[in-house]
Amino acid sequence: MMKMLNSRSGRGAAVAALVVAVGASVVAQKMTINGAGATFPAVIYSKWFSEYNKLHPEVQINYNPQGSGFGIQQIQKQTVFFGASDGPMTNDALLASPGRILHFPTVLGGVVPIYNIPGVNAMLKFTGPVLADIFLGKITKWNDPKIAANNAGVNLPNLDITVAHRSDGSGTTYIWADYLHKVSPEWTQKVGVANSVTWPVGLGAPQSAGVAGLVKQTPGAIGYVELIYATQNQISYGSVQNLAGEFVTASVESVTASAAAAVTKMPADFRVSIVNAEGKGVYPISSFTWLLVYESPKDKAAAKVFVDFMKWMLGDGQKLAPQLGYAPLPAPVVKLELDAVAKIKIQ
Amino acid sequence: MTFHQFRRRSMSKLLTVFSAGSVLLALIPLVMILFFVVAKGAGSLNLDFFTKLPAPVGETGGGMGNAILGSLIMCGLGALFAIPVGVMSGIYIVESGSRLAPIVRFAADALNGVPSIVIGLFVYVIAVVPFKQFSGLAGGLALGIMMIPLITRTTEELLRLVPGSLREGALALGATRSRAVFTVVLPAALPGIVTGIVLALARIAGETAPLLFTALGSSYWSTDLREQMSSMTVQIYKYAGSPYEDWHRQAWAGAFVLVALVLVCSILARLATARLSRMRVAD
Amino acid sequence: MARVRLSISDFIFRMGTGAFALVLVLLVSGIGFVLWNESHLAIQKFGFAFWRTSDWNPVQGQFGAFPFIWGTLYSSVLALMIAGPIALGIAIFLSELCPDWLRQPLVFLTELLAAIPSIVYGLWGVFVLVPAVRSLQTALPDSVRAWALFSGPPVGFSLLAAALVLAVMVVPYSSAVAREVLKSVPRSQREAAYALGSTRWEATRAALHYGRAGIMGAIMLGFGRAIGETMAVTMVIGNTPKAVASIFAPQHTMAAVIANQFVDANDQLHSDALVEIGLVLFIITLLVNIASRVLIWNMTRQRSRASRPAAAAAPEAA
Repeated sequence: MMKMLNSRSGRGAAVAALVVAVGASVVAQKMTINGAGATFPAVIYSKWFSEYNKLHPEVQINYNPQGSGFGIQQIQKQTVFFGASDGPMTNDALLASPGRILHFPTVLGGVVPIYNIPGVNAMLKFTGPVLADIFLGKITKWNDPKIAANNAGVNLPNLDITVAHRSDGSGTTYIWADYLHKVSPEWTQKVGVANSVTWPVGLGAPQSAGVAGLVKQTPGAIGYVELIYATQNQISYGSVQNLAGEFVTASVESVTASAAAAVTKMPADFRVSIVNAEGKGVYPISSFTWLLVYESPKDKAAAKVFVDFMKWMLGDGQKLAPQLGYAPLPAPVVKLELDAVAKIKIQ
Repeated sequence: MTFHQFRRRSMSKLLTVFSAGSVLLALIPLVMILFFVVAKGAGSLNLDFFTKLPAPVGETGGGMGNAILGSLIMCGLGALFAIPVGVMSGIYIVESGSRLAPIVRFAADALNGVPSIVIGLFVYVIAVVPFKQFSGLAGGLALGIMMIPLITRTTEELLRLVPGSLREGALALGATRSRAVFTVVLPAALPGIVTGIVLALARIAGETAPLLFTALGSSYWSTDLREQMSSMTVQIYKYAGSPYEDWHRQAWAGAFVLVALVLVCSILARLATARLSRMRVAD
Repeated sequence: MARVRLSISDFIFRMGTGAFALVLVLLVSGIGFVLWNESHLAIQKFGFAFWRTSDWNPVQGQFGAFPFIWGTLYSSVLALMIAGPIALGIAIFLSELCPDWLRQPLVFLTELLAAIPSIVYGLWGVFVLVPAVRSLQTALPDSVRAWALFSGPPVGFSLLAAALVLAVMVVPYSSAVAREVLKSVPRSQREAAYALGSTRWEATRAALHYGRAGIMGAIMLGFGRAIGETMAVTMVIGNTPKAVASIFAPQHTMAAVIANQFVDANDQLHSDALVEIGLVLFIITLLVNIASRVLIWNMTRQRSRASRPAAAAAPEAA
């Protein structure tokens, strides 16, 4: 070897190799992939992107959790590479997009009713109609008989209920409104289901973090957020009555149970609602959450990297879900999705 | 003393009490804010805060390193754009003798009063939408637009303060107008102008609204102006509205940094102008 | 005025600096033009009814912007009612009653108040003012809380909280300008009053009367600042588009709704509606600013040559 380096051509070859190596490291620069959307899965997404960055330091996936509405808007405007939403895009929205957008479910989660009642630490039981009436503004005090009926033994104070809801376009709102519409015909008639609805009462706050913050700071407030925001911040949340009549607490098991029926008849585009599902042990306000990606993205290099991320997400990534309170995707869904991911055009 | 006189005197004393009371009343929020910022923020200032990236949502630790860097970059970019425009516009208003000068002055006043959110809207339309990209460039542009009227005003004020004798002396010696301005008048006014620029920078560093939909935010170290960029003010805004105690602490720490910056710049400006007025009195 | 012939060099000088000045002018007109352009969908569809109707419902394509005008004016006027007398009091103290050694430090402190970023005011508002308003509300007797002005549950995020934050932010601006105005009142005015045997209050009143246009201008400047303020307001006002009389109710303002809703405007009509709000905000602040400057400029044209740049920069920065 020394003999080789001593000769002229040997030195030349060594220099060439060095140049190639340096050049290759320069070429393998940072790639930034921008995404935006739902706050519902923001906790697990930020964990995933951080972990993936540790495995692949040259890939920075930058996620802006500013609500599903924002995510859908930005992916349509193509200012981001991927969007994220827990309210699936409507057919109209899909038709209005400049290209074909595909939905890819990532995890399952549950939306819980959070509340701040000074002196009450117990987990309150809510039925669907009671929640609908609270958010319609028909029940205005915490010691209302309708709430007390399900919560014998809890000393509910004579405190005004302050409803907190999302002020931005939100998939969490979609899931919540979807549930209320399924349990209250009045809600269907007066409010409806969408990422953004006209709230009869209450204060608006942006993003799940905003609603959680508002509830935490306001005595007498009630709001709705994904489970993790309640547990991470020690905010009281209630159990909800499912179709079978049981009062179920949101958990990985109860959320997974709600997807059991849907798994067998998953549509090809993965847009399905599992809210208020039938069955025992089901948490009724559960949902999938989706990544929105163009079938034929303009930035092929980013597409290649992102597809690689999605495969990781469907494999090792899923293992990180339970510790953050999200339910991993059922195996049959993962299989279907891996096939679908392969359809993204990376050439 | 008649009743009438008594009433007049007491009204006068009341005025003294009222006006002194107003000063105290106005100082209360200032003291409170400084107190809160120091009490809640100073404790959270550590090396991590300045050097680390934000931790994943819900995890404690991490810092605002990228936000601080982003703010520095965008303020610098804004200054780069605003200083030439601002200073030259100020010179135009005072020295060019053009009949259009009052129009420029009016424009500077108008721009000064534009709410920062409206400037954010404007930059969104011209710099974000056409490129389909939120960027640090757009953020810096928005900040720069806000700085221009401040710098124009300062330049104008200071140029007016330069004694006419200086100007006329230069012209009398045969200098052209531009030579007179750039080699005599401007250098005389320069210390004050620099002070004004520093103050404008300190003010702009605290702006949030123009960055909300131009630079957006990033969880990584971002120095690429064509990419989204994090900033201290937007980060504080996000943290304040969240339920996470750790984020609240960091928001206060960020506020501490901003207030400290403003305090330092104000003190420097005071010292500089005190020096200036002493110099002027001397000549 | 006789036309002056310019030398080549002067011409280049004028053109050169003029080019930069042109950028400034283009920016202002550009903002107006862009706002006008981007809002015409909403202007065409709703016309003036946009400002009279109260139903702001982006989901159903209904855009009535009255609650925002209501909230903006209500919070700003309330803020000025609180801030105006205080600002004037400070101006009077600093220009007349203050011992010399105390003046500089106090002026410095009021400038500091002006320089604190609005996000810091917002932080303070969220964590200090909002709970304080909530406590205030619960402390009021029920009979008072039955009045429309004070009704509603104790949420804390309210018009009152916004008005208080705005008042604190406006005080330094208005007081600095008012001080300048009072300084430029000729000494002869005050001395004449003293010569006639006035008390301090009566002499001050005479000075205030002389400078009333400028004082008016100072108040208007504060008003312009208040209507445009975004961050501090949106963090404490509750962001609810309902025009109600209660100061304890969460409401909304023009600047806050743009900050809140623009990034996820559902459709072109929604974003055009928000831009239209921005356009009107632009026009209103422009008019208020011009009016106040005219009033002040007339008064302080004879201002002493010793005015410092720091003092000049701070109050003019809006």
